[in-house]
Amino acid sequence: MEIFGIPSQALFGQLLIGLINGSFYALLSLGLAVIFGLLNIINFTHGAQYMLGAFVAYLGLTKFGINYWLALLLTPLLVGATGVLIERTMLKQLYKLDHLYGLLLTFGLALIIQGLFRNEFGSSGMPYPVPEVFQGGFNLGFMFLPKYRAWVIVASLVVCLATWYVIERTKLGAYLRAATENPALVQAFGINVPRMITLTYGFGVALAALAGVMAAPIYQVNPTMGADLIIVVFAVVVIGGMGSIMGAIVTGFGLGLIEGLTKVFYPEASATVIFVIMAIVLLLKPAGLFGTQK
Amino acid sequence: MKRKLLSIAAAAACALGGAAQAQVTDGVVKIGVMNDMSGLYADISGPGALVAARMAVEDFQKTSKAGLKMEVVGADHQNKPDIGSNIARTWFDVDKVDVIVDVPTSSVALAVNQIVREKNKVFLNSGAATSDLTGKACSPNTVHWTYDTWMLANGTGTAIAKTGGNTWFFLTADYAFGHALERDTEAAVVKAGGRTVGKVRTPFPSQDFSSFLLQAQASKAKIIALANAGGDTINSIKQASEFGITKGGQNLAGMLMFINDVHALGLNTAQGLIFTESFYWDLNDQTRAWSRRFAAAHGGKMPSMVQAGVYSSVLHYLKAVEASKTDTGTKVVEQMKALPTDDPLFGKGSIRADGRKIHPVYLVEVKKPSESKGPWDYHKVRATIPANEAFRPLDAGECPLVKK
Repeated sequence: MEIFGIPSQALFGQLLIGLINGSFYALLSLGLAVIFGLLNIINFTHGAQYMLGAFVAYLGLTKFGINYWLALLLTPLLVGATGVLIERTMLKQLYKLDHLYGLLLTFGLALIIQGLFRNEFGSSGMPYPVPEVFQGGFNLGFMFLPKYRAWVIVASLVVCLATWYVIERTKLGAYLRAATENPALVQAFGINVPRMITLTYGFGVALAALAGVMAAPIYQVNPTMGADLIIVVFAVVVIGGMGSIMGAIVTGFGLGLIEGLTKVFYPEASATVIFVIMAIVLLLKPAGLFGTQK
Repeated sequence: MKRKLLSIAAAAACALGGAAQAQVTDGVVKIGVMNDMSGLYADISGPGALVAARMAVEDFQKTSKAGLKMEVVGADHQNKPDIGSNIARTWFDVDKVDVIVDVPTSSVALAVNQIVREKNKVFLNSGAATSDLTGKACSPNTVHWTYDTWMLANGTGTAIAKTGGNTWFFLTADYAFGHALERDTEAAVVKAGGRTVGKVRTPFPSQDFSSFLLQAQASKAKIIALANAGGDTINSIKQASEFGITKGGQNLAGMLMFINDVHALGLNTAQGLIFTESFYWDLNDQTRAWSRRFAAAHGGKMPSMVQAGVYSSVLHYLKAVEASKTDTGTKVVEQMKALPTDDPLFGKGSIRADGRKIHPVYLVEVKKPSESKGPWDYHKVRATIPANEAFRPLDAGECPLVKK
């Protein structure tokens, strides 16, 4: 059977690959959406924090023998803690100002972090081995699916849905959402709003670091790995609707699929297709697919 | 703008008054090293090329009697032709640069090539691959030093096609370099009795190559040729091993690889890869001695062939300036072509009428982890291709400078 001249089996393979890339988009755009939705900060350091995640895992493995599983747990905590530090010392000062100031600060931080790492590690990057249990893959008939990639899809889906659930369906999430609407009132109810905001930023950063650890065995651990990805991820967030959690997840996976298909039918356009979609969505629905007009 | 001018005053230790001095405009030979200082090609050229250019100036000063004043400056073209063109114009018009060196990324190199010719300066290209620099786009102001797509295609393509790799699938970086490398490789493969069964043009630069690799896998080609470079090549090789492509009996051919790529991949993943290069640090006593000096000045990293080419081309350029007593573009390049080349890295060689520098090149194989004595001990030389066979024949390049 053929679909548009492409054997259907090959097409399934490509769709699956698209889904895998989509899971990275989803994880990263989720963090961005959480931070923007609840803090109103456009976090341009996100790509650098994703890269930090990969590097912490790499350094942990080579310097201290920390294995992948432990890295998956420790790295988000560590990088999240640096996020908390950034929020406490710098971002905190900017909440009352225009979005632009936060954007400039985080963009500058990203350049500094990337520059430091490039200076230390060069631009070709370092290899991170695929963990022992995920060596090899499954033969699905229509394609060879590396075990590790299968794990990435599952793990990312679980993390995304859990985050959505916590923010949209639990009491803690309700506090958070209330605190963004009216911080003074929530504070009056005896909830420590500044601490909650700090921890939320730390959580968003930890999500980026988690994505970084998961990406390390697939891509080269490289100082510019985040810079290459962040622009696409921002497009995903804009298409999904700035600040919409579900929007970020659904568009992340969806755009991964569309990009995957483009790679089959017209590979030359695969780097631009997401931006074309972004332009169309912004024209028709300026708040994004899942966003609400304020 | 992120462009950084790393002005490095290297030289000027000597008194005025050499014979050549009087003829050199504004009294200083200013060498501009332009390349990718921060992106995916920064390890193969980048700041290391600046180190190499400085070493050439130092070494020239030890032997020169002309008392030239020299200065080395650097800039980051970010792999974008518009940025590269801007830097070139500023360098010539404002900063009085006499010669632009290195310039990886073929699209930028072709743009700079035009400007250098227009301003009658000198262009010593080491980093770019496109063989068009000495073909259709050849210029009396340009010398292409280290390697080119024809040489890579001829070295790697022919060697693999002759040993049974007769069906090819191309993963091609979608810009001037990838297209030139694909075209030249395809020609070499067909000549050696092979054929192309498919190709895919990948956006440059890319992170994820798995979609393209699956297409290559489905094509059942025996050889998957990677007509890309730097980070693109590294990620393609890494992901090909992840998707079990090499285990499935298909082989990869890295059409343009550098020792830095092998270092970044690790021998476990890179072992057995075959590719062509014109310089390896561990060839003989001279290359070893120079490379150790380079590594000491560059954070322990051994030089790539591009960085070695920057050193040798700058050294030869300075000799030509001394001999011709001028820094006028076409005159210096004429002198460079007239003087036989001789340096510790590429040995004896010459520069042809079309601007192509010729020297022997090496078909190398990446060692197994068990064969390597440690970091940077990566390559075994499988064959040496003599200078007169390694590059495209002079009359086949369609260069207008070559008289038929």
